[in-house]
Amino acid sequence: MVGMALACSLANMPLTNQLNVAIIDSNPALLSGACIKKEEPPDPRVSTVTPATIAFFKDVGAWKYVEQHRHAYFGKMQVWDYTGLGYTRYNARDVNKEVLGCVVENKVLHKSLLSCLQSAATQQKIYPFRLSSMTMQTSSSSTPHGSLARLDLSDGNSLHAKLVVGADGSKSRVKELAGISSTGWKYSQNAIICTIEHTEENQCAWQRFLPNGPIALLPIGDKFSNIVWTMNPEESSTRKSMSEVEFVKEINRALDDGYGPRPTSQQFGGKSPFSLLTTDTTISTNEGFEVPPKVTRLASERMVFPLSLNHANSYALKRDVLIGDAAHTVHPLAGQGVNMGFGDALSLAKVIAEGIAVGSEIGEVSLLRRYESERKPANLAMMAILDGFQKAYSVDFGPLNVLRAAAFQGAQYISPLKRSIISYASGEKRFPLFS
Amino acid sequence: MSSKHLLTRIRTLVRPGLQCPLFKNGCRNPSFLHELQTRDYSDVPQQIPAAPASNPLPVANSRSKSSLKPAEIKKFAAMAETWWDAEGPFKPLHVMNPTRLAFIRSTLCRHFGKDPLCARPFKGLKFVDVGCGGGILSEPLARMGATVTGIDAVKKNIKIAQLHADSDPVTSSIDYCCTTAEKLVEEQRKFDAVIALEVIEHVADPAEFCKSLSALTSSGGATLISTINRSMRAYATAIIMAEYVLHWLPRGTHQWSSFLTPEELVLILERASISVKEMAGFVYDPLTGQWSISDDISVNFIAYGTKNSE
Repeated sequence: MVGMALACSLANMPLTNQLNVAIIDSNPALLSGACIKKEEPPDPRVSTVTPATIAFFKDVGAWKYVEQHRHAYFGKMQVWDYTGLGYTRYNARDVNKEVLGCVVENKVLHKSLLSCLQSAATQQKIYPFRLSSMTMQTSSSSTPHGSLARLDLSDGNSLHAKLVVGADGSKSRVKELAGISSTGWKYSQNAIICTIEHTEENQCAWQRFLPNGPIALLPIGDKFSNIVWTMNPEESSTRKSMSEVEFVKEINRALDDGYGPRPTSQQFGGKSPFSLLTTDTTISTNEGFEVPPKVTRLASERMVFPLSLNHANSYALKRDVLIGDAAHTVHPLAGQGVNMGFGDALSLAKVIAEGIAVGSEIGEVSLLRRYESERKPANLAMMAILDGFQKAYSVDFGPLNVLRAAAFQGAQYISPLKRSIISYASGEKRFPLFS
Repeated sequence: MSSKHLLTRIRTLVRPGLQCPLFKNGCRNPSFLHELQTRDYSDVPQQIPAAPASNPLPVANSRSKSSLKPAEIKKFAAMAETWWDAEGPFKPLHVMNPTRLAFIRSTLCRHFGKDPLCARPFKGLKFVDVGCGGGILSEPLARMGATVTGIDAVKKNIKIAQLHADSDPVTSSIDYCCTTAEKLVEEQRKFDAVIALEVIEHVADPAEFCKSLSALTSSGGATLISTINRSMRAYATAIIMAEYVLHWLPRGTHQWSSFLTPEELVLILERASISVKEMAGFVYDPLTGQWSISDDISVNFIAYGTKNSE
């Protein structure tokens, strides 16, 4: 998906649209051209795209295809925890925005980028195979393909490329073949994802922190919502195998009064200790706590994914660069993974265009390092924040719970802080709080 | 803006001088003209081993025809193999390359009326890269679509450049030639753009060299020259810092006395019937490790001029 975004971005710029782009992906959806039926319930694999990503899709001309399919903008977000001590509501108008984000099925994003690529009159070819090996040829060889990278495909053919972009996910074959090491760890947590149905349309993103991890309820259009529920591996296997009726009951408990009471809107008797800090009255500080809509039915299978964090020690070598999950895999906590990937694609496309403008060789490591130095700090900051969140919420310890609740209260009442959190989460700022 | 200002100032300063006998008879030469015409060869350091005798340098038999100093040729022959090592002795050039190419691209796109957003704006134009070295400028120019001729007096450089360019079909079309600007003039070659970057400080007679560059430029064509200013700041940065402190360049790469000031360069180009239209400086930011284009021409600078139609 991130690789397709790069291809679209390259096809969209006059400096790069003459490049010969080969897309190597064994995903059958690339060739089948099957239509996505609107009547079918949405796929549980969704992404929460931020306004920054939406702007990127609009720029490359892919957003119009997304809009033809199911997608759900949301302008409100409520985060709270099971202790009932605090909650925060974010509203798009706090940051003078129309929306906080949009939830789109991954297959819709993929299909839209593909349509966008096919409509561009550029030279790209899709190879529906896997990469079996990759060799960097030395410049001394006198073959016509000189010092290019040689890619051997699973069908026995081979390609020669000036630049190989590894956008092949967390288990990146390109990363492995290039010998790029990475740092990371597994959380002893799994996430269950699935699609569920309500009686009415959901228009808000909800996230509640439970003792074993957060549960998120994201609108996906019509009366459907998406669930991303993080828990320990034992719980995940029980919940995957339990009956649908039982599972729906568990979700409703997790989203409402299970594990602890609902937070009250007037936690401190009507006068919040933070009210002194609140200067801007237009901000949604006095919005009351709301209860998420009830889940009536499970609308898809339940999928279980182990959670891990992984960061490639290097993004760029000569003729080889990593983007998206191949470079960094994060906790799906705030749905930031894919947005970081689109950020990479945009940055790399710009660096390549700048390189072409000054006649640089696009596989040159000095050029690719510019992409790395632009994206690495941004991605690491985001990863540290998400990892910190994960750590803060994986401990169930009385005093810490109070601190956490106070942090929520703080985030709810201190408007500048709240604004920067939203801006950061919507992908528009590099560093939270200090910018 | 400020460089334009400077130029108008220079022209008014220089033009009357051109008509006045002061500059022509040389008896009352200003010190810089003295510099330009009488270069002391003996002060060139000899610490770099000379090229093996089995590989006689082409300049040896054409000394009278070349504007290059023999010692300079020896110096660069010794470093030839490291041209494409981005971390090697030519690292400063590699780092500076995108910045100077950005200036060349924008000025030449404007000069030839080409679309700067296009990937190969110089398609159909003939460029010569004088003092091409290992080809680190010729190759990007070829990728921008130009038909490039790269010349260098050091045979080893040409071999390295040819070998490197052959690895890519786009750059293998570059015509590399071990020759000098003077010889090309004799062959009556003409080019749409003549580019000599970081070369003029290594030639024996900059004024003669500029005349050769002018002769190679077709009418209405462009000439680009970059060099280092003969300023105290240049002495401190280009020689003390780059050669002695940071070891970016081998000691003795540059002779401060061989540097030209922008005023001198404009003057000798005017005399060679090239009028300088624009000048820019390159400044290095030690924090980011990047070069950028600036109005500050006190150290590294580039001049773009057009050939006056006669």
